[in-house]
Formats: sequence, structure tokens, C-alpha cells
Amino acid sequence: MMRGVGTLVLSLFLVEGCARESRNFRLDPPIAASLDAVAPMPNRIGGAAPETDTVLGQPYLTNAYNLNQGKQLYTWFNCQGCHADGGGATGPAFLSGWWRYGPQAVSVFISIRDGRPEGMPAFGNRLTTEQIWQLTGYVRTIGAYSAQTAAPSRNDAMQSRPSENRAPATVATPSDEWPTAPSR
Amino acid sequence: MANRTLPLTLPIALLCSGCTGWQSVLDPHAIQASRLEQLIWLFVAVCGVVWVTVTVVLVMALLRRKTPYSHTDTRMTRIVRAAVIATVVIITGLAIVSFYATRGLSSSDATALEIRVRGYQWWWEVTYLDARADQVFITANEIHVPVGRTVSLQLAAADVIHSFWVPNLTGKQDLIPGRDNTLSFTPREIGVYRGQCAEFCGLQHAHMALLVVVESAGAFEHWRQGQLAPAATPRGGEQETGKHLFESKACASCHNIQGGTASGTVGPDLTHVASRRYIASGLLETNRGSIAAWVADPQTLKPGNNMPRVALDASELNALSAYLAALQ
Repeated sequence: MMRGVGTLVLSLFLVEGCARESRNFRLDPPIAASLDAVAPMPNRIGGAAPETDTVLGQPYLTNAYNLNQGKQLYTWFNCQGCHADGGGATGPAFLSGWWRYGPQAVSVFISIRDGRPEGMPAFGNRLTTEQIWQLTGYVRTIGAYSAQTAAPSRNDAMQSRPSENRAPATVATPSDEWPTAPSR
Repeated sequence: MANRTLPLTLPIALLCSGCTGWQSVLDPHAIQASRLEQLIWLFVAVCGVVWVTVTVVLVMALLRRKTPYSHTDTRMTRIVRAAVIATVVIITGLAIVSFYATRGLSSSDATALEIRVRGYQWWWEVTYLDARADQVFITANEIHVPVGRTVSLQLAAADVIHSFWVPNLTGKQDLIPGRDNTLSFTPREIGVYRGQCAEFCGLQHAHMALLVVVESAGAFEHWRQGQLAPAATPRGGEQETGKHLFESKACASCHNIQGGTASGTVGPDLTHVASRRYIASGLLETNRGSIAAWVADPQTLKPGNNMPRVALDASELNALSAYLAALQ
């Protein structure tokens, strides 16, 4: 009896494993419009994300497909031109984990959509709201210092750092890297 | 009577209907495709003879009266030896014939028309190469070639592995990221042939078709000159508005239209989009209505493709489709 129940439960788990994430490619226009309505603080640093984003479960920060679309956009729209592979050049670095306008996704979103002083162009009329959110999600994974459950897939081209779906980035201190000689 | 023959004739008729048409290996219209067709029939004939022989021997063996084993011992050894030798000879022969037929698929001569084909999810970028930079042009999803001249294709991929296959003209060759493959064909007859991505490349793999238009040398040159020219200037206020919208909205950041400020390279070049028979890689026939439908909601027509829905109101969509449909 118990074995039968065990087998049944196990096979249910196996069947459940066949389920795939159902992807919704078509973002309904009203949802897209509401995702654009971020509420920034008066200094445009930080702010409140749209309620729609929270209700949907922050799909642009937690879904691997969206992160990967963001990664493609990063190349297609030449973000490398100023930010390199995250190391920074003309523009600030992302890998440093230091965000000029704060680490919040809303700040990054506003930076991309409206631009920032000292050279960051506005992409509001170059990209759709969905694409800006995808890019936001990806940019935040570059500077993330803690493990994420979702990551974009690997690059075909050479990359100057380990790809995002490998081991999480951690702050390496000299004592971590160079173990001291055991004391006698 | 009719009822009895129908189950037999219907499958045969269905099988035969696959032998001709604009996307069939058994209807070759280029030298390389003819060689491949001969190869197919040779394989079918040889394998057919082998299969019939094996079946006959098997049936004979089953029907044969039992005789003491020792009488046939030496004879059996001889038969097995002959069968092994025949197998080796046949397989070696087929391997050599196959090698020569497929080797001809990537040979090229100095006068060949050089075209670079790059596979994207899910469309084809086609670049006509030339030593002179002002003779180079880019189009998408439709390749025009003159009849009788060898075409040398350089195959590359932008994202994942795709495969170029126009069965009436030549063999199948993969497009692999980071690697250039070559494939050539010499079309013999004027016509329009359909190709299809032949390596599963994602959700819309089935909607990744292309056309090869084989035309006379004169018609090809006329088409080439047309493609080299910048886009048609918009006529009338509606088309003017359409152009302005295209260049001020997100469209221009992915698409290129020669002769204006739209210069994106992520999506297909739209300089002469209305001159192509289909849009969205064989999905819809080109006309103003299908262009409007595509722009209005690309994710419903081809879910997962990289064209986002750009918010437009009805009059904007009208103007934009008028402008695009006039880009002959």
C-alpha cells in the first residue's frame, strides 16, 4: 500500500517535470502602458516601481528569458560602446556594484528611458517599455553581488568575464584568494 | 470498385504530389541539385535491389526443407563470404559517388556571384558582395540570381545554428555562429524556388522561409540597380507622415531605410521592402494590409520574434503602412 502511494507521488512529480514555463510574448497594451508609469523620487534617484510589475512578480528581474532578451539588447543597442562588458569606459562600470543613481531597478529604468547628464542618451523613443525593462533586468545582473535563481544564457562570442549563468559573483577578499600557510 | 482502389491510389497520388513544385528535391533546376537527384535515385535503386535480394533469400531459407547441417557447411561459408564482399563493395562504391556529388556543392569559380547569407531568429539577411563598396547592398528573405551563373553563398549565423536549404537548387548546409560555410549552385531554369530553415532554431523555426528568384541576366541587372538605389521618396502627405513616424519612433533603431535617417542594423533592411513577395520571412504576402497587420501586432502573428509592438494609434498605423507599402 505504502509503496503504491510512494510510486504514485513519484510519478506525479515526474509528470510535473514535463510542464514548461508558459511564455507570454504579447504584452497587452494597457499593461505595457502601466509598466511605463514609474514614480521616481523628486531627485530622480530611486522611486516606486509600477504596481503592475509587483503583481506580475517582477518578471524583468526574475525571468531568465527576459534577462536574456536584455542581454541581446545590450549588444544590439551598443551599450558596450560606453560601458564595455560591464567594466566601464566612457560610461560608468556596472561590475563595481556602485550605482551612481542607486541600485533600484526603477533608477536604472529611468536612466535608460530618460537619459542622464554627462552623456547617457535617452532611449525612451528608441525602445519599447518592455525592452527597457528587459535591459534594466540584465544590467542589474551584471553588478549583482549575490546569487540569483535566474540568469541569461551564455554568449557565443568571447566575453571578458565569466557568463552570468555561472557561479555567482562574490566579493573576493585577499584572504579568500590566498590561503595563509597553516601554522605549526 | 472506386471505393476499393481509393485507399491505394490516394497515398500514391499524395506521394507523387511531393515530387514536383517549388520546394522539392526531386524537381531539380540547378546542376548541383540534378547531381543530388541522381544520387538519390542511385541509392534508392541499389538499396532496393539489396532489400529485394535479402527478402528473397530470407523467404527461400524459411521455405527450404531441412537437410543435415554438415552437407551445406562449405557452401554456407562461401555464401557468407560473398555477401560480406558484396556489402563492402556496395558501401564503398556509394561512399565514393556520394563524396563526389557533395564535393561539387561548395566548389566555386572566379566569375561566381558572391552572396553572404546570415541567419537570424527568424529571418535571413542577404548581402550582395562586390569589390566596389558602392555596389554592395543588403536585402532580406529573397535572393535574386541570374540564370546560368554560378552563385557562391557564404553562410553565417548571428545567434543560433540555422540551415540553408533550397531543395530545387542545391543541397543543405548549416549556418553556424562563428564559422563561415560555403554553398554554391548554378541555376538552369528561370523560376521562383522556396527555401526553408532546415535546422530547428527556436519557436518560429517553421516561419523562417526564403525565396530564390532565378531570372534572366537582364532582369537581374534591372533588379540589382533598383536595390542599389535609395528608397522611394514619399509621395503625398500620408506617406510623408509615415516616414516621419518611422524615423521618430522605435522602428528606426532596428531597421535601415536607405536615403533617410533610419539606420538600424538589428532587423531586416526595409529600403525596398515592398519589392519583396513576402514579409516576416514567408509569413504574409506583401501588401499594405499585411504590413499594417504586422506592425500593429507582430507577437500575435509570429510569437516570440524580436519585433516588439510599438504603440501607434489608427491614423499613425495608416500613415506608416502607406509609407512602407510604397517602398518598391
